[in-house]
Amino acid sequence: MYVAVKGGEKAIDAAHAWLAEERRGDLSVPELSVAQIREQMSLAVNRVMAEGSLYDPDLAALAIKQARGDLIEAIFLIRAYRTTLQRFGGSNPVDTGEMSCDRRISATFKDAPGGQVLGPTFDYTHRLLDFKLVADGAVDPADERAVETETTPHIMSFLNKEGLIEDDVATDGATPPDLTREPLELPADRSLRLQSLTRADEGFILGMAYSTQRGYARNHAFVAELRVGTCCVEMEIPELGFAIEIGEVEVTECETVNQFQGSKTEPPQFTRGYGLVFGQTERKAISMALVDRALRWAELGEDNVGAPAQDEEFVLYHSDNIQATGFLEHIKLPHYVDFQSELELIRKLRRTPETHMTEAAE
Amino acid sequence: MNEYNFAYLDEQTKRMIRRAILKGLAIPGYQVPFASREMPMPYGWGTGGVQVSAAVLTPEDTFKVIDQGADDTTNAVSIRKFFEKTANVAVTEETGEASVIQTRHRIPEQVLTEDQILVYQVPIPEPLRFLEPSEVETRKMHALEEYGLMHVKLYEDISQHGAIATAYAYPVKIEGRYVMDPSPIPKFDNPKMEMAAIQLFGAGREQRIYALPPYTKVVSLDFEDFPFEASKADQVCGVCGAEDSYLDELITDDEGGRMFVCSDTDYCRTRQGNIT
Amino acid sequence: MSPLLQATDISKFYGSRVGCQNVSFDLYPGEVMGIVGESGSGKTTLLNCLAGHLKPDTGAVLFDTRADGMQDTVKMSEPARRMLSRTDWAFVHQHARDGLRMGVSAGGNVGERLMAVGARNYGQIRAKATDWLDRVEIQVDRIDDRPAAFSGGMQQRLQIARNLVTGPRLVFMDEPTGGLDVSVQARLLDLLRGLVREMELSAIIVTHDLAVVRLLADRLMVMKDGHVVEAGLTDQVLDDPQHGYTQLLVSSVLQV
Repeated sequence: MYVAVKGGEKAIDAAHAWLAEERRGDLSVPELSVAQIREQMSLAVNRVMAEGSLYDPDLAALAIKQARGDLIEAIFLIRAYRTTLQRFGGSNPVDTGEMSCDRRISATFKDAPGGQVLGPTFDYTHRLLDFKLVADGAVDPADERAVETETTPHIMSFLNKEGLIEDDVATDGATPPDLTREPLELPADRSLRLQSLTRADEGFILGMAYSTQRGYARNHAFVAELRVGTCCVEMEIPELGFAIEIGEVEVTECETVNQFQGSKTEPPQFTRGYGLVFGQTERKAISMALVDRALRWAELGEDNVGAPAQDEEFVLYHSDNIQATGFLEHIKLPHYVDFQSELELIRKLRRTPETHMTEAAE
Repeated sequence: MNEYNFAYLDEQTKRMIRRAILKGLAIPGYQVPFASREMPMPYGWGTGGVQVSAAVLTPEDTFKVIDQGADDTTNAVSIRKFFEKTANVAVTEETGEASVIQTRHRIPEQVLTEDQILVYQVPIPEPLRFLEPSEVETRKMHALEEYGLMHVKLYEDISQHGAIATAYAYPVKIEGRYVMDPSPIPKFDNPKMEMAAIQLFGAGREQRIYALPPYTKVVSLDFEDFPFEASKADQVCGVCGAEDSYLDELITDDEGGRMFVCSDTDYCRTRQGNIT
Repeated sequence: MSPLLQATDISKFYGSRVGCQNVSFDLYPGEVMGIVGESGSGKTTLLNCLAGHLKPDTGAVLFDTRADGMQDTVKMSEPARRMLSRTDWAFVHQHARDGLRMGVSAGGNVGERLMAVGARNYGQIRAKATDWLDRVEIQVDRIDDRPAAFSGGMQQRLQIARNLVTGPRLVFMDEPTGGLDVSVQARLLDLLRGLVREMELSAIIVTHDLAVVRLLADRLMVMKDGHVVEAGLTDQVLDDPQHGYTQLLVSSVLQV
């Protein structure tokens, strides 16, 4: 007898049990600890924190473990958890000028106050598999040197002494809109766009940024400064009447200077793109700065050349990997009813070929 | 089991969703933007419907979930379990027993009453989306009631196929004002939308809620000489013998043998009970 | 007789640059007005201000609406202005692509305006589309083809059919023959002249081609640097130009 859709509940339970077993893998291999993931897969942890919009390395590591290393699934776990957290309030804006930098480079000036600090980067490694890691990952301690300066000023601020770069528009002090608490309505202002970009899918933003480099809304970017380090987060406590430090976050900040020919209203000058992302996430921060700049065509009076990276609605509506994954994968769900109605329609249309032509002529 | 609030969402969020629902009921067919939350199930799997259900459920409610008309399809089971766990509400598979019914792609065959709420899961709330991809444009079209393009699509269907080639998610006009997507229900279900129950539509990923108060006028778009037809397979249910219910087609053997059965499992079971 | 359209003091600036300045005129029912000038003279800016595509910085555009008489379309609400632009007004673009839906059949293109104002009988819409294709000399059996398969001249005729099907009272045309071959232009002009006379249309035609206005326009305005430098009956202006610029325009045509 007809049993096709029965047993959904049992199937789900069995599937979950099997999934747990697969996650653990071969029992003769020691289990990964959350601390191991946090310490040894820190760039994966960073990506999950950035796109999950939640700064918590332990939870991000847990999510990666639970998701069997599927980072989008891990981001999803973090997002769903984040939603339930109570909001205590907003912090003061983080001052990245006060950042304690682990890495700070500029592609526009050979040297600048604060110096170039290469930091822990893959940039100049040779991409050769290191078979020593198969046996033993022991490392010798790296050389250390005391930091020269307490704070490292932004390189853009030097450039701007000549007035060659557009002024950063100060916000009016009002709290920017919160993408996760209000529906996205277009046109979005820049703060909303930046919020969206910083939690956007790294691959999508990379592709968009790359497209601008290849000529789809080219804006020729220089990395004026890329810095990675920790900033303290301060919050105003009404009962105390002053701000106290509530923690530290590691962030990557990228500022680009871009060519600009000038327009009817603006003289020729350099313009800016901006990227700021949780953790050491350089690829994402640079991509973000390029896309931010491409999206600013209207305010700068540039032409809309119809490039995807200029289309705010296209970029913002399609950059969230949790939305995209969910909708993409939902086509795995049963669509019996829709398909059945299409089936009926096709049969009906095939039954009556051409008859409508005569009807129409009558 | 106190890690989460009743029905998962916090009270602030529920109030925000209820405001959107009330606005939707006040302007039937108008898509109200709302700050959709990230839910513990994927977007596209019913997050809009789940948020609407969470906002309307009370501890006294009896909840039913169907997907493709069936209570025991996997996603229906998953959503029902979610509310059993987070809201501890009574659940049922009987349409008449439920005070809140969440559905994907079907309207139950049994006529609903004024005491019931039907919550639809909506993937793409914008009926004009595949004619005009820009949200900024489509909102303007709704605001100015510029719906000529919608009929152009129907005209093109007839000129090419001799019939309106839309079988599900068939667009409707609400109280002579807003054109609305009824979610991907088969067009067979469209006439049922003029009903006694409150109908709420939630699109989580697209951040929209819309609604129909009881007995709202719902007209399926058509032409005078090519009128809307609520069609279904010209068969009877192979299990309960129903002639008036929407049918799923099953392939029963390698030879392409077919069988038709009610997509509404509760309706079919009830009829079988009455027969025996 | 009272005017159908009354433009007073229309000015539009782009920053410090003048688009058009202090343009005033009356257009009477059944009258065809030509606006000529070289590119950059402000004629297209003026047309867009008149047709509600651009908001002028100063001035009023009064139109004699069927329901409420003279109304300033600049101050009108957007829904009201859009309603006007799909009923009593029509706009023929220079490039047919801008005025057609390239992904919709010829019949659908002609039918759209009918459906936009409430036509709901497929057979009647199709009959009317068929009739209009015939009137603009497009073979009726092409009704289900998309405009992409049409020649440039056919596309332009289809655009005209799409615009005139609802019986508008005022048609705005922006270089309607621009970009077409000379022989195709002649056929289109001939067709337009016939339709304008037959339907007693009022029209405002922007063109740089004096042959077009000679054939179609009753009256003429000559524009230069955003200003009207000369206006009058077409024959009078073309045969006895008073302003130096007009004289130059007319003589340059004669040389061709």
